[in-house]
Formats: sequence, structure tokens, C-alpha cells
Amino acid sequence: MNATLPMAGAPANTNAIGLTKHDYRGAPTTLCQGCGHNSISSQIVAAMYEMDVMPEDVVKFSGIGCSSKSPTYFLNRSFGFNSLHGRMPSIATGALFGDAKLKGIGVSGDGDSVSIGMGQFKHAMRRNVNMVYIVENNGVYGLTKGQFSATAEKGLELKRQGENPFLPIDVCMEGIISNATFVARSFAGNAKQVKELLKAAFAHKGIALLDIISPCVTFNNNDYAHHSYAWSKEHEEPLQDITYIAPRNEIVLEQEMLDGEIRDVALHDGSIIRLKNLDKGHDPTNRAEAMRVLEEARLNDWLITGLIYVNENKPSLIDLHNLVDAPLNRLNESDLRPERAMLDKVNAMMF
Amino acid sequence: MNKIVNDFSITIGTRNGSGSSTANTTILRSIFKMGVPVSGKNLFPSNIQGLPTWYTIRVNKDGYLARKDVSEVVVAINADSFSRDQAAVASGGVFFYSDDIRLPITRTDISVYPIPIKTLIRNDANVPSDFRELVGNMIYVGAVAQILGIDMDAIRAALTFHFKGKQKPIDMNLNAVKNGAEWAKENLQKTDPFYIEPMNKTEGLIMADGNTAAAIGSIFGGVQFAGWYPITPASSVAESLSEYLPLLRKREDGKHTYAVVQAEDELAALGMAIGAGWSGLRAMTSTSGPGLSLMTEFAGLAYYAEVPVVIWDVQRVGPSTGLPTRTSQADLTFTAFIGHGDSQSVILLPGDVDECFDFGWKSFDLAERLQTPIFVLSDLDMGMNQWMSKPFDYPEVPMDRGKVLWEKDLEELKGNWGRYLDKDGDAIPYRTMPGNKHPLSSYFTRGTGHDEYAKYTEDANMYLKNMDRLVRKHQAAKQYVPAPILHERKGATAGILAFGSTKNAIFEAQDQLQAEHGLTTDFLRIRAVPFSKEVDDYIQSRDQIFVVEMNRDAQLLQLLYMEYPQHATKFKSVAYQDGLPASAKWVREGILAVYEAPAKKTTKKTAKPAAKKASAKGKAAPKKTAKTSVKAAKKVVVKKSSVKKTSAKKSKPAAKRK
Repeated sequence: MNATLPMAGAPANTNAIGLTKHDYRGAPTTLCQGCGHNSISSQIVAAMYEMDVMPEDVVKFSGIGCSSKSPTYFLNRSFGFNSLHGRMPSIATGALFGDAKLKGIGVSGDGDSVSIGMGQFKHAMRRNVNMVYIVENNGVYGLTKGQFSATAEKGLELKRQGENPFLPIDVCMEGIISNATFVARSFAGNAKQVKELLKAAFAHKGIALLDIISPCVTFNNNDYAHHSYAWSKEHEEPLQDITYIAPRNEIVLEQEMLDGEIRDVALHDGSIIRLKNLDKGHDPTNRAEAMRVLEEARLNDWLITGLIYVNENKPSLIDLHNLVDAPLNRLNESDLRPERAMLDKVNAMMF
Repeated sequence: MNKIVNDFSITIGTRNGSGSSTANTTILRSIFKMGVPVSGKNLFPSNIQGLPTWYTIRVNKDGYLARKDVSEVVVAINADSFSRDQAAVASGGVFFYSDDIRLPITRTDISVYPIPIKTLIRNDANVPSDFRELVGNMIYVGAVAQILGIDMDAIRAALTFHFKGKQKPIDMNLNAVKNGAEWAKENLQKTDPFYIEPMNKTEGLIMADGNTAAAIGSIFGGVQFAGWYPITPASSVAESLSEYLPLLRKREDGKHTYAVVQAEDELAALGMAIGAGWSGLRAMTSTSGPGLSLMTEFAGLAYYAEVPVVIWDVQRVGPSTGLPTRTSQADLTFTAFIGHGDSQSVILLPGDVDECFDFGWKSFDLAERLQTPIFVLSDLDMGMNQWMSKPFDYPEVPMDRGKVLWEKDLEELKGNWGRYLDKDGDAIPYRTMPGNKHPLSSYFTRGTGHDEYAKYTEDANMYLKNMDRLVRKHQAAKQYVPAPILHERKGATAGILAFGSTKNAIFEAQDQLQAEHGLTTDFLRIRAVPFSKEVDDYIQSRDQIFVVEMNRDAQLLQLLYMEYPQHATKFKSVAYQDGLPASAKWVREGILAVYEAPAKKTTKKTAKPAAKKASAKGKAAPKKTAKTSVKAAKKVVVKKSSVKKTSAKKSKPAAKRK
């Protein structure tokens, strides 16, 4: 996991609050080697470390799926809740009321957020829950061994599944339509951009949706792809056995992308995705423009990356509740149980 | 004619959405204000406007508050239900109707009073034309008040309460009541025997509905978070929270110590509440059967991950969407084992409005003590109808926040703790909450297999150990949950086990059984699952026990069979559900249908010997004579009921089921 950490600038042993990177790490990953999700975990570690965030001030959330396992692999010192499939948003919504000073980092997947959890996903956007909401988007159900998700592109062929006949759901478009206040897209292999967007998302007050294209090394591949690796010819039989997971390296962009740049990136299976950084002149505060660039990208088969939309002026869900300054979960009986006289008043009100 | 005072039922048939509920609760409250025991039930359709709806008021000097199967006084305002309403009047009863309904009067055995509601309200210059239908309802209140003798000051008090002291609507409505009363005084000759006369039996009592009581109880329990989704008949729990929280938890700085969030569905409603409970808040949700079905997966998570949360289920008739506006006790077994895999629930079973208040605050103590979801099963009858009640009592014990570790506790333990570690040997572990700044405070909560330190594991022994602890914790719950209430009777030869709002019907049936059939029963009202020791003792010491419940499949009985297989032959099922609140009639007939007289006294296995005694005491019986009931004891199962109630229910008590 460490191999993928970008070490920009001189490495320091501690950050401004005296913590080492180790204080931000999690348990060793149990995801497949080379999984884009691991790169994202590494960037979360790096971003939190560099932002001097106390791990105890963060709460981790996830649903069910490969992506949802990943909160185990970062921020060991933070509380975490690995909830149910598609239900992370509601758990996070309630939990963040416990202490309004806490910030949530939720990790979900495309199946978790835009299939089974579409309703909760959109309502978390609408409510502006105070959290970073990461969708680790690979277009496939990994943990159940390779079924199409709702973000899979039309025409994609998957082993045992055939060809996907449906157009994909665009996570960012759904977020914007649902009135999310921060919407960005990146690619797991673009470590620097992921980290910078994570930092911006964490600093945002309210919901920050990060759609991170995170290729599945194991299941989002096709028969043709197998032939692109030298070993595959010698191991043709094992390749059909889905219990065999070939070790691979994470895909990392060799060079930073410039504003407006379009770049093709080869995935493990030999397929190509076409990334396009947002143009320099893109105004992320313009909602209509945000929708336009997403539509333009769709028509051109680009995966548009960068900060697509942001609105800093909307109160978060917790702001709307005018809560006391002390964390709600530290209030005691004297704050919470009305006095006896109030009950007399109530009884008098009951006719 | 012999006067019949303070002992009859009134049914008012109106159209849904016509604003009659203000009129009906005015009658209810004014009778209450006159000191006469009274109960009111809204028997309404799942509809916004147009369908027939009924409101029934039981006036009873002896304090019987259950629904009666017949009404002596019927008020018909709705042409669509006019014929049905007329047919439903008990022989010798009273029939008021709005005289714009041009349908024939076919009954000759009742007193009939037409009231010119439309004409009177049209002539009232104080009532703007768009208020006529609404305020017109007050005309029948006036006519009924005049004929039955309801005190005008009591009506004024009811209206003042209803309109929160706002003079204009009070005056407008009171004026219409007076117009109706005045007209009746001048134009109607009283030919019926029914009177309401002042008593002093409601002194010191309040009038409230169970959902409001539940909300206020929850507020006194320190509720901090409620996630909810609208559903009949539970919506008013959350709405009452929103209404009373700002008043009862008002602070000088104007800031809030709570949040109420309307969710996108019941899944999210419970999800939010579980999130909040996990982060250390006193969290709840409220729903009814269909919502509880949706909450099932989250209920399983809260059970396995041991998250405190309170779930109110105001039961309505299922299965599926069922009868959305009718009352039920049929979510018991579903709740008891809610969720896939092995799971056991802690359930509280309030029996009246006062207990809705009590369980409102107690449920939080239990949830945090036991770190598990606490289900509270109320029902539509208790939750939405107005009941006389003793005033709510202030919680007699301080809050129990359970086993919680904050920074200094962890410092003392030197971080030596595990979220699911049974440190005290009582099966209840310690928990920490987000926001705890101690570096060793955190853990990763999951619905997957976990070890004592909340780490993921599929280890067989660890799974067994954890699941075994959960069983022990469920057993431990017995010492914390509310004990059952025993209603003893001298000379009882059989017992009754029941829960919830059927208690009023059971009390009345017990009196009837004793007076008319010589069958003396005592009654243990169960208030929680798991069953505590008092329930064991009761079952142990009775030979024959009637299990009375408002559902088809004898759900309480099923739980009893499982818990007490050695006593299975003692239980006799009286399970019945048609959507109407329990009446003494079905409880009585249901019991008689399954009663087995002790072998010593007779060779025949019928209720006859007991019934003989009853005929001697028959005079004392408040209602039905013993004559019909003796046969009813055996034959009622197939006999058509003599009840002429509006609904087309078959009076088939006690469908016996396994």
C-alpha cells in the first residue's frame, strides 16, 4: 500500500499536530492486489495527515461491497460504521448528530450508491449531510464476483453476464440534480488529483460527492483482455476459474494531467478509458454549466475529472437544527429531562 | 319510562373530511367534564374526504371504557350511511338525523329526532358561508346536548380547550351549539330514556391519546433524535415530538438539544435513528406494520451490532397494507423474531395512554442499558383515540445511560477494553461514542461477524461465543423490563393472559363472566417480552388460562407455547381480529367458547353448571341477560351475532389456531 503513496515534497515524520502517518493508517487491505480502492485509501491517509486532522474528529462510514470494506484500511483511530448495503447515508445522517464537530468520510460503491442505495444516496445529497461521500466506481459488483452495476457502460461485456444493454447512470449528474453542494470526479490512478479533491471535499461544509473511477482488476475484464498478459496464454484454464485472482499493480498516471487535457488510460484488461480534465475556465459555481460539461463528456465518451460543481452557501443539515454548542452525545439528564413543573404543565394541557 | 343514566353508547355517522371530529370530541370532552366516565373511538376509513366515517362514544357510570357492540344513540349526518345507521340503533334507542336527508324512517321502535342542520346554519349570520359545513356540525352537538342533558358550560370548556382559548372560533362554534340546543328545546319532545347526569368520577383525570403520551414520555426520557416517515396510525407520535419538544426543552439560548428528521422512507428512518443511537443519542423512530417490515434489515443490524434505539410500532391491521385505519395486535411474533438469522427482541407492551407515557421514557433506559433495539407495541385504538387517564407521573428514577466509557474511564482502564467484551459477566459490554478523544476509544462497528474487539472475524468459536452472550443478554433483560400487572380476584378458578389495549374489554368481560356465568377469573397483563419471572409464576399456579389477543393467529399464545411447552395444555386461545377495538362481548364469548369447567363439578364439558349460578346473579349483570349467553357459550361460534353494528363483521370469536 505504501508504494502508491505520492511523497510530494520533503517527507516529514510528524505533521503540525504531532502525529505520524502511522496514526492515520488502517489495517492491511484484504482487497485484491492492484485494486484502485487501495490507492484511494492511501490518498485518504495522505490527505488527512497533510491537513493535520485529528483522526478522532473523523467518523468513517460505508455500506456493503468491496468499496465498503475499505474504511478498515485507513484511519484506525477513527470511529467507523460498516452498515448495510445501500444504507450508509442514513446511518451517517443520524450518527453525525452525535457530535456536530465531527466530519464524516463515507466510502460507497456504484452498486451501493446508485443501485440498491439510490434513494438514500440522493436524499443525503439533498439534505447536505456534513460528510465526504466517496463513490469508488468500477462499474461492476466485485464481491459477488462480477455482475454489471448501474454505472457500467453500454456494450460492456463481462464474463458470464454477456453484454450490458443499458446506458450508465452518471453518479455526478445524479448528485448535481439532487442538489449536492460539492461534486467532483477523479480517477484512482491520478493520485495527486484524488488527494487534492479529497482535501477540498473535506474542507467543504456539507455533502461533498467524489465519484472516483476505480477499475476492478479482477472482474471488469473481458476475454480479450486475458490475452493481453503474457501469463494468460499459459494459464488459460485458471483464468476461467473466478476464484483465481491474478496479482497486478495499481494503475497510476505517470504524469500529472493539465487543465483541459484529454488522456487515454489503459486498464488491466487492455480496455481504454478517456480522461478529460476540466478546462481551466470551468466555473464550478455554475450549476447549469456543471450539467453542461457532464453532458458534453457523455456525448464524447470522456470521463470528465476535477471539481465539477460547488456551492459553499448552503447550510448543512446540522446547521439547520440550531444545536447547542456542546456535543449532543455529552449532554446529561439535566439538559435532557424537563423539570417536574413542566410535567404539571403538560398534565394541565391534557384537558 | 325508566331513566337510563350515564350508561349507553353514542355513534355519530358522518362523512370523512367534513370536519366532524371537532364536534365529536366536543361531545366526548364535555361528558368527561361533567364527571362521567367516557371513551371515544374514531372508526374511520383510509380516505381524505368523502367516505362514511363513524365516531363512537361510550358513556359508562361504572367506568367500562371498551367499545360496545351496540349503540343506543345514533346521529346520522351522512346520507350515504343513513340506512345503515338507522338499522344500527339498539331497540328502544335514539336516532338523530339531519333533516335534509330525504330517506325513509323505517324503525318504529326507536325515538327519532330530525334536526334542520342546514337551515339553522344558513340562518346564522355569524357563520361565513364557507364555514357552514364545518360549524354546522355544532348544530347536532347542541341538539344531542339538549336531549341527553349535556351541560352547556362543559361544552364551552371543551371548545375553549379545542380552540386554545381563541375567542372568535369559540364563540362561533358555541353559538351554533346553542342554536341547535335552542331549536331542539322548542321543537323536540323527548321520548327516549337516555340521560347524562353529572358525576364526580373524572376528577383529577386527564384526557389524551397514546401517541401524544408516547411523544411526551419520550421527551421526559430525554429523546435527542427521531427519524420517522409518515404512516397511519403512527404519524402523530413524531408530530407530537415536533410540537412538544420546543415547549418542554426550551432553553434560554434558544438552541436545541434534539433533532427530528423526516426520512425518505422507513429504512432511512430507522437507519438514522440507529446512527444516532450508535453515536450516543437517545434515538427513536415510530411506525406501523408496513414500516416495520421495511425496518427489518436495520433491526437485525441493531440487534447484532448492539446499538440502542427505540422503535414504536403503532399497530394496524395487516397483512400487507391491510386495513390501514383499523386497530390490531398482530405484529407481536414478527417483532419478537424480526430479522433474518437468529434474533430475539425486547418488546414493551403498553396497555393504556399512561403506560405509553411511562414506556416513552423507560424505553430509552432499557435501550441504553441493554444496548439493543427496544420495540414498543402500541396500537391504533390506544394511539389515536382520546382516553381518560390518570395524569402522567414524573419518572421516578434517574436516567440509566448504561455502560459508557468516556476519556477518563478509558484512561483508568489504560485502554483495556473491547466493545463486545463481557467484562462484568452480565453479557452487557461497554461502549464508546464518536467524539471520544481518547486514541483507544474507537472501534469499527459492523453487521458482519466480529470478535470481542469489534474486529471482523468468521471464526466459529468467536461466533458461538458472541451469539451465546446475546442469548444471555436477552435473558438478562427480564430483570429490567416492566413486570406484568396482576389483577387478582378472590375465588378465581381460571386465569387470563393478555397485553395491550384489550384490557378494558377484558375487565368488563370478567365482570360479566362472574355475574352471569359464575366464572371467576383473574388477569395477568403482560407488559414485556421476554417474559419475566412473574409470568412464570402465574402460569405455574393456574390450571386453565385464557390467552386473549386481537389477532388471527394467536401470536401471544405462540410465544407462550415456545417459552412454556410444559404448560401448553393450560392455554386456551381467545384470538380474534376484525379491525374493531376489542369489546367485552367477544372476550366473553370467546372465553366461554373454550372454557372447560373443572371435571369435579360436572361430567359434562359445558359451561352450564357455571351458567346456572349466573342466572341467579343475572339481575346484577350490567348488560346482557344470562339467558342468551348460556347457549352462546357453546354455540356462538356458528351463530350469527345479534349485533346490528355498522360493519359487516362476522361474530366468530376465538378462531382456534395452532
